[in-house]
Amino acid sequence: MTRQEVLDLYFMDARSKLIDLAAFLDRIERATGEADFRFEAFKRALDLLSAENASKARGVLMSLSDPTIEPIAKAPGKGACGAWPGASVH
Amino acid sequence: MRYIEPHGHMVSRTTDDYEKMVLAGCAAVCEPAFWAGFDRSGVEGFYDYFCQLTDYEPKRAARFGLPHYCWLCINPKESEDVLLAAGVLEIIPQFMDRPNVLGIGEIGLNKNTRNEIQILERHIDLAARHDQLILVHTPHLEDKFKGTRLILDALQADKRINPGRVIIDHCEEHTIEMVLDAGFWAGITLYPESKTTPARAVDMYELYGQQNIWLNSACDWGKSDPLAVPKTALEMRRRGHSTETIDKLIFQNPARFMSQNPRFQLK
Ligand SMILES: [Zn+2]
Repeated sequence: MTRQEVLDLYFMDARSKLIDLAAFLDRIERATGEADFRFEAFKRALDLLSAENASKARGVLMSLSDPTIEPIAKAPGKGACGAWPGASVH
Repeated sequence: MRYIEPHGHMVSRTTDDYEKMVLAGCAAVCEPAFWAGFDRSGVEGFYDYFCQLTDYEPKRAARFGLPHYCWLCINPKESEDVLLAAGVLEIIPQFMDRPNVLGIGEIGLNKNTRNEIQILERHIDLAARHDQLILVHTPHLEDKFKGTRLILDALQADKRINPGRVIIDHCEEHTIEMVLDAGFWAGITLYPESKTTPARAVDMYELYGQQNIWLNSACDWGKSDPLAVPKTALEMRRRGHSTETIDKLIFQNPARFMSQNPRFQLK
């Protein structure tokens, strides 16, 4: 597809998601109390969006991922929260 | 349009969903064994579940002329309990000869623990001993990248495993390349919030689509869409992909993988 075609197909959808994202950040700003590691992880991922390459989706996913290779001793629970807590303590 | 749903947890879906899928062109549905949303209290719970997958569910699908196939295992979310898992592994062989069983799945990892890896390796061994196809679940969100690497290590460590007979599902932009580079099939799952959207799936198809890839909805008891595969076909059409290209991705590819088990027949 040409860039023009991509814009024709996806601009409105991406615009809407962009405003949703901005509103989410505003909501956090207005809210009280401490944020947890997920917000730091989110902001680090946001920084990757201005990179001039075609692997930003991969970059964001990697920045939210556990990069370690050792299996853990015991499952802390069943779920995943979307960001790796270890990134904040390194 | 015709398509195959290669990963749908139909026990969690309504009969209306079967009707909608068939109306949308579904030619076969394949159901991996998975977590019920709660932990089963013992091996008997799995016995009943395997009966449901191999007896009751194919009958429900047959009311709509839809072939139903399944995969057997104890899922990684319940594999942390190795005693329970060992008991379930023992009863699986008695179901393997049922006519709709395609292989072992969806095995894999959830939180990337040592116990999960031990049970993953035992499933890989079971599949190798019985010459079964394998369907792998990769972990969610922040655990996916690490889990995919550990799963590849476990599969590659067993020299009896032919990567062409293994599909590694729920791949995303950061994991699909390592899966395909290692010679395995890659599944892309269309699931709201936690996996990929139709647009991202088509992006990945455009980057890697000449290789062994399938699309699935993984529809289950969570917020999910049993029509996600045909909706992604529509997305491909919007981008100008040909009918033949779409058919290859959503029908021919899954048929090619699953036909490695001669039980897989399309009416
Ligand atoms: Zn599944």
